[in-house]
Parts: sequence; C-alpha cells; structure tokens
Amino acid sequence: MLASNTRRNAKLLVSALIMLTIASCEKKTPQPAAPAATPYNLVLPTQLPQAVILPTNNPMTVEGVELGRKLFYEVKLSSNNTMSCGSCHQQSKAFTDGRVKAIGVDGIAHQRNAMSLVNLLWEPNLNWDGAATSLETQARVPLENPIEMHQRLTDGVSKLQQTSLYPPLFAAAFGSSTITEDNVLKALAQFERTLISSNSRYEKSLVPGGPALTLDEQKGKILFFNHPGESGNSNARGGSCDHCHSGNNYLFTSTNFTTPGGTTQYFNNGLALSADLGRFGVTRVAADRGKFRVPTLRNIALTAPYMHDGRFQTLEEVVDHYNEHIDINTADPILLVSNPTINGSLGLIKLTATEKRQLVAFLRTLTDSTFIKDPRFSNPF
Amino acid sequence: MKFLKYTTLFLSLLTLSAAVTSCDDDDSPSLGAIDMEFENVAGSTAIQLNSTTPYTTAAGDQFTITTLRYYISNIKLKRADGTEFVQPDSYYLIDQGIESSRKFSIPNVPIGDYSGITFTVGVDSVRNVSGAQTGALSPGDMFWTWNSGYIYTKLEGRSPQSSNLNGGIIFHIGGFKSPNNTIRTVSPAMNNNMIQVREGRTPEVHFKADVLKMFTGPNTIRFAASNNIMGGPDAVKVANNQAAGMFTLDHIHGN
Repeated sequence: MLASNTRRNAKLLVSALIMLTIASCEKKTPQPAAPAATPYNLVLPTQLPQAVILPTNNPMTVEGVELGRKLFYEVKLSSNNTMSCGSCHQQSKAFTDGRVKAIGVDGIAHQRNAMSLVNLLWEPNLNWDGAATSLETQARVPLENPIEMHQRLTDGVSKLQQTSLYPPLFAAAFGSSTITEDNVLKALAQFERTLISSNSRYEKSLVPGGPALTLDEQKGKILFFNHPGESGNSNARGGSCDHCHSGNNYLFTSTNFTTPGGTTQYFNNGLALSADLGRFGVTRVAADRGKFRVPTLRNIALTAPYMHDGRFQTLEEVVDHYNEHIDINTADPILLVSNPTINGSLGLIKLTATEKRQLVAFLRTLTDSTFIKDPRFSNPF
Repeated sequence: MKFLKYTTLFLSLLTLSAAVTSCDDDDSPSLGAIDMEFENVAGSTAIQLNSTTPYTTAAGDQFTITTLRYYISNIKLKRADGTEFVQPDSYYLIDQGIESSRKFSIPNVPIGDYSGITFTVGVDSVRNVSGAQTGALSPGDMFWTWNSGYIYTKLEGRSPQSSNLNGGIIFHIGGFKSPNNTIRTVSPAMNNNMIQVREGRTPEVHFKADVLKMFTGPNTIRFAASNNIMGGPDAVKVANNQAAGMFTLDHIHGN
C-alpha cells in the first residue's frame, strides 16, 4: 500500500514536471491548433495599485475585448436602434456625454450625470451609489432601464443573433455562436477593463525629463494634496482634495487599496440633501444619506458638468462649492477644516481667489490626451 | 480537460511541497499561528461610526466618529526566557469601517508559550520612506505626500466643543522625524496570561483600543483648542497618550 502510494506520488511528480515543461513551452509558442480565444495581455501601469482582482469566470481575451468594443458601440442594444453605451460615454469626453443628466432613448432624463468610464479595474463598486458590484452585472442596468436604452437584454441578444456579424465573433470569444445574455455582459466588461488611463500631463511631469508643470500648476498641486496645517506645519495651506480623491495612488478616487481588490468609500461632499440620497438608497443606513462614490478626477477637465446631478458647469464652480458653500451639518468633517484667513480668503476652507485658480490649473493637468484618442477604445463602426 | 490536468498538477505540487516540509521537520521547530483581534471602544462603549450618540472624553468633551484607522506593525512575541519571535514584514491597518481588518492572523509562530507581546502603533521609519508599498501600506489616504510618510492613526468626527472649526475634529497622528516622531511601541500588560501556541490550536488574542485614551493621560486634549491635528508637536502629545494606555489585552481565547 505504502509502496504503491509512493509510486503514485512519484508518477504525479513526474507528470507535474512534464506539465511544467509543457506550460513553459506553451507560453513561448501558442499552439495554433487550439480553438480557444487568445489571452489578452493586460498591462497595469506601474504607478497604479497592482492588487486588482479579475473575475475568474470571465478571463480577458483578445477576441472578447474586441467583441466587447463592438457591443459597446452597438445601437441594436437599444429599443429603437439609436443609442449604444457609447452615446452617453463618448471617448472624446473621457467617456461622458457633456450633459447635465443623461438622456435615454425616449428622451427622458436620468436623475444622474453620466459617469466617466476609466480605470474601472480599480472600482470594486460602480455607479454613483455603488449599487453595482461588478462590471458584468452593472451593464444590464443601463441596457434595460426604461429611461436609458430601454430594451430587455434577451431582445438585444435576438437582434444580435440575426446579424451575420456577431455569431462568429461570439464563437471566437466564447466558443459558441449561440449568443447569450451572459456572454454579452462578459464581453462588455472585458472591453471596459481595458479602458486604462495613466498618461496625464501630471504623470508625465513626474518622469525625469518630462514636461514641467507651470508655477501655478505646481502651487495648485500643493493645495490639492495638502490639508490645512499638514504635517504640523501651521502655515501649510490646503484644499484637502486628496483626502477623498487620492492622488498618492494615481486613481484620484477614494477606493482604499489596503484590502485585496480595494474597498469603495463613500462621502458626503456637503451638497444640501435632495431627493437623491445616494448610497442610502442601497444600504438604507441613515449615516449614508447624501453619500456618494467619489468620482475620479482623472480627465476631470473633459467631464463637465459636475457632481452626481450635473449641477455645476465648470471646475471653478466646483471649487467654489467646496471652499464656500458646503452644508456644514452634513459634509464630511475634513471639509470643515479651515485655512487661516489671509487677505482675500473666502468661505469655510478659506482659499483665496488666486489659490482657487491655481487649484483648477492643477486639475487641468490630470487630462490624459492619449486616452481620449486611443484607437483601441474608439467606435469601430 | 484542461481543468483536470491542472488539478493533477496542483495535487502533485502539493505532494512535492509536503515532502520538502517534512524533510525540514527534524531540525526546525513546529509552527502554529495566533489570531489577533482589535475591538475599538470609547471607554466601555463599542465604537460605531457615524453614531448619533456621542462619546465623552475624560475632560467632558463630546464627540462622534466618522473615520477611525490605525496601523499596527512589527509584532514581537516574548517567551519567559527573554527570547523573542519577531514577525517579519508585519503591517496591519485596523479600520473601523472594514470589519475584516479588525482581525488578522500571525502565521508561522513557533510552538511555545509567550508571556509578552509588543507592537508598534504606526509604521517604522524605514517603511515610511521606502519605495512602492503594497498590502496594508498601499498608498492612499493614510499617507502624506511631502516626505512626511504615513498617517499612523486617523480619527475624524464632530464635536460640539469644536465650534471654532464648524464642529469638525481631525486627528491625523503621524510623522517619524525628530522632534515630532509619533511612532510608539507598546507592550500591553499580560496580567499573567500566556499565549500558548500549539499544533492544531490557535489562540485568539483580543485587544481593546480605547479612543478616549487618545485625549487623556500625560496630556489632556480639549477639542475647543485642539481639533485639527496633522502631525507636529500636538500629534506627539496624542501619540504619548496612545502609548500610555490606549491598547489593553482584554482576554485570550483558545489557550
């Protein structure tokens, strides 16, 4: 018994070694005979957190991503064949639509502003209220929502099945030309995961020899990252922006990456409570009233209007809000910390008009002009 | 089919590693583990973020908490004979907002009896300045940008006594440079308890972290005067309070 076990183990060991050899061979020369889709080589920019979690049931493939791109721009996924995901998420506007509130196929406005689609790999929760917890489940909502694309996904699948274009693409990506709702959602998610931006002018300025920021932008950067009184320096002036829009990990969101895959954090940004109570609608926890997910500031100059309801048209208005108009009873405590008053200081945070201008100048350096022109993300039709 | 193959591979590798481990058994001690749990309290009350019922400091200031986080690092376990087990690379961020962060396991602890435990509240100076960080040290909002390193303890909330700052209280305790170094190492009293690490038996060491102790002890902190601390001399005062009695060993399960 013992002897046979040993022999069995030895056999397993040998087979393991053989398989290791095979595995390493496979890496160098992909087997042309294999009908399976080609793994997509996802490259994570080194400055962004590396601890992302990819769903094991939807591995990214070249064919899946390319199919997802087509589906993203496919108007057949809307009830009257007029809108695609790309209608409200336009690449030139960092995948937003320039509207105060998104408008669906029937001309009805959504209660919220269309969010930028960027670096979604680093977003464990999606939407302004974090209601969706994966890209695969998120996409169904805008597809089927009566005030968005207004078409049951099963109807979209039927339309796609009748085309000559899609069945072979699904076969190449998922091994079957019979289109399923799941595979539509999986392909869309795969494409969305490729929407990575890491080449803003701010990032380029940090590379030795890169283009330097102007003096105003540099001063704005300090105001962006600083809290008033930072590091015990009572003269340090700051806008506390980094508190929620973390620039240390280059995501400019508040996803906390000290846990595997990250944890989304929600904040009250001092807007007076309105009918849209944000996170509260998901959790029903009283403390979540008026809290929202923190949108990225990457490409923020391209994604006007601002806030969950698009109420502010310009970055200047947004900075004015945080500096002068927050509701002190509901705002996150960090927004209650003031700078010492100096000549021309305004409001609660008490930045001067010059400081506010510098802050906005820095925000404009977060634009990634290569991202909005990348042909891999553009409309293929 | 592919799946089956990989299962075989996995099993074989498992066998291989088991064989290697058993080879080592002769000359190295057997290993166990310790579970650590931190319960955040204000006196005798369990902390609840955004609670509408305020806590009261020893000096009588009332406050509520929206954010509470602190680093625990460089954990050392001491044997009765004075020798120590030092957990390598141990950095943990306890976050009141993330339940799973309040419990963690120390693996590969040599079997034995431990009569003392020491840990750092914060992050050692080396890790404050060294390169790309991962895990609990991943850059985020527990980090200052200007070469000041990590925020070791962050407590934010509101206090009616803090009226001069619109009611906010912000305590960011950090800084590793003299004279405002706030790294503190504590050895909570064991009260004659032993942490007994055995094969197949993992003791759970349960600590309490009392936030009221941040504001009392060697230095009394009143929110009317101190409500926006971001490192510096005032942070040192809070760090000294923390070192003096914020962390206590409550009990040990599973001995």
